[in-house]
Amino acid sequence: MRAQIAQRTLRTDRWWLPPLATFAGLLLISIYAAVRTFMGDYYWVDDYRYLTPMYSPCLSQECLPNAAHFGRPLPELPGFLTPPVVIIPFLLGFRVTCYYYRKAYYRAAWMSPPACAVAEPHAKYTGETRFPLIAQNLHRYFFYAASLLLLINIYDAFYAFTTGIGLGNIVLLVNVGLLAAYTLSCHSCRHIAGGRLKHFSKHPVRYWAWTQISKLNARHMQLAWASLIFVCVTDLYVALVASGTIADLRFVN
Amino acid sequence: MGYQGHFRVWRGSAEGGGLEDFTVEVNEGEVVLDVIHRLQATQTPDLAVRWNCKAGKCGSCSAEINGKPRLLCMTRMSVFAEDETVTVTPMRTFPVIRDLVTDVSYNYRKAREIPAFKPPEGVAPGEYRMQQVDVERSQEFRKCIECFLCNNTCHVIRDHEENKESFAGPRFLMRVAELEMHPLDEADRVQQAQSSHGLGLCNITKCCTEVCPEHIKITDNALIPMKERVADRRYDPIVWLGNKLFRRS
Ligand code: SF4
Ligand code: SF4
Ligand code: FES
Ligand code: FES
Repeated sequence: MRAQIAQRTLRTDRWWLPPLATFAGLLLISIYAAVRTFMGDYYWVDDYRYLTPMYSPCLSQECLPNAAHFGRPLPELPGFLTPPVVIIPFLLGFRVTCYYYRKAYYRAAWMSPPACAVAEPHAKYTGETRFPLIAQNLHRYFFYAASLLLLINIYDAFYAFTTGIGLGNIVLLVNVGLLAAYTLSCHSCRHIAGGRLKHFSKHPVRYWAWTQISKLNARHMQLAWASLIFVCVTDLYVALVASGTIADLRFVN
Repeated sequence: MGYQGHFRVWRGSAEGGGLEDFTVEVNEGEVVLDVIHRLQATQTPDLAVRWNCKAGKCGSCSAEINGKPRLLCMTRMSVFAEDETVTVTPMRTFPVIRDLVTDVSYNYRKAREIPAFKPPEGVAPGEYRMQQVDVERSQEFRKCIECFLCNNTCHVIRDHEENKESFAGPRFLMRVAELEMHPLDEADRVQQAQSSHGLGLCNITKCCTEVCPEHIKITDNALIPMKERVADRRYDPIVWLGNKLFRRS
């Protein structure tokens, strides 16, 4: 028999604050992303060739021709659907199956557990052993897809430099820098690069890659948030310039 | 400077018990275990507490202080305000024997369920040759002092007694990872981790890492790498095909 203690937790600190902040943060960002996705506009600045990462690559017929860096192979999307719905399953899938975000929403949204040593409200628990959560094991496939999308974002950021240099270029560049750091620091990436080896001594190059990625990996949570928030900042900046609300600050024209 | 501190200590046994209030002297530089010892010496000679080293190395004095799983001997009184009530309770996940002492035999049972180190055929002890870089990774796990605070905190068994049967807990999943990463171990640890030790029950919420007094990165360096290896073997057709075609291991 366990010691009889009626309280759900005896913690006296504000243990509920981190899950609450996480929940609020994720909710706000989801709302912003949903609004921007279904807005279907203000994603491209023709003069300076800024394309928001949320609409890259733009692949369907309703894309502005100049914003479609890889052509428009897809037909017009039905109904209220907008170009990002083609790529969002991959971007969202990558973040949703990410080991860090899993921790974040298991704690903040599902309260399993809400915080350490605070009892969870659920009577039964099967973890990630069954459908649907067993599908978290597919994370590496989303990592591959997200890496491809990252390469496209990097291409977009550099393509924008062909008209000169403005604040928007710096924003796009910082954005891909953060996205690259987040993607490289992924646990699956760490595993694929070298973590899966039993004998590092036989693979010096992969061992080196693993040690470097491990350093980034220790900051995975910080990078997850920084890159997520900055994607929104980048998108907002592009939207403001594209809609003519603000003028881009130009350094070199 | 000493002061009179307020304490609430859980007293009782498997039959029942509850929190009792005490006022005990606290002196500068002391840890919670010192105060528990003073309580024992001055007011409650029969208070049961398990301890050995008072140096954070034996892993005996695990308990919960203000609801947080911690070592009694490594929690300084200076982290609490002088007027704060300090609540000390036994670990929740294991059956209580008396007062602050719990029966941690679940952990020994789980330890025994893990097959021993299996060196390659024909290599005798004394003939083991390994490169430093190959053993380095699992050396982190050997810092473990077996305090079982991680297993105590893990919600998989803390909140669901019924999972004790199928779940080895972070401490022993880490032991499986240690053997799996050992350059000379030849047993198949990956399938076992999922099917016999319950790796799939872990939802990587990192409470084990948060409470480990040795600061071992249990989740990042043992559990997630094991989950990735399980994914290689059970959920990744490309790796599976690669292994078949190129006979890799
Ligand atoms: S990370 Fe996994 S093993 Fe560690 S406490 Fe959380 S659920 Fe338990
Ligand atoms: S891993 Fe850390 S918390 Fe768990 S038993 Fe070992 S030292 Fe204690
Ligand atoms: S673990 Fe977070 S992106 Fe892969
Ligand atoms: S008494 Fe040894 S760890 Fe606390």
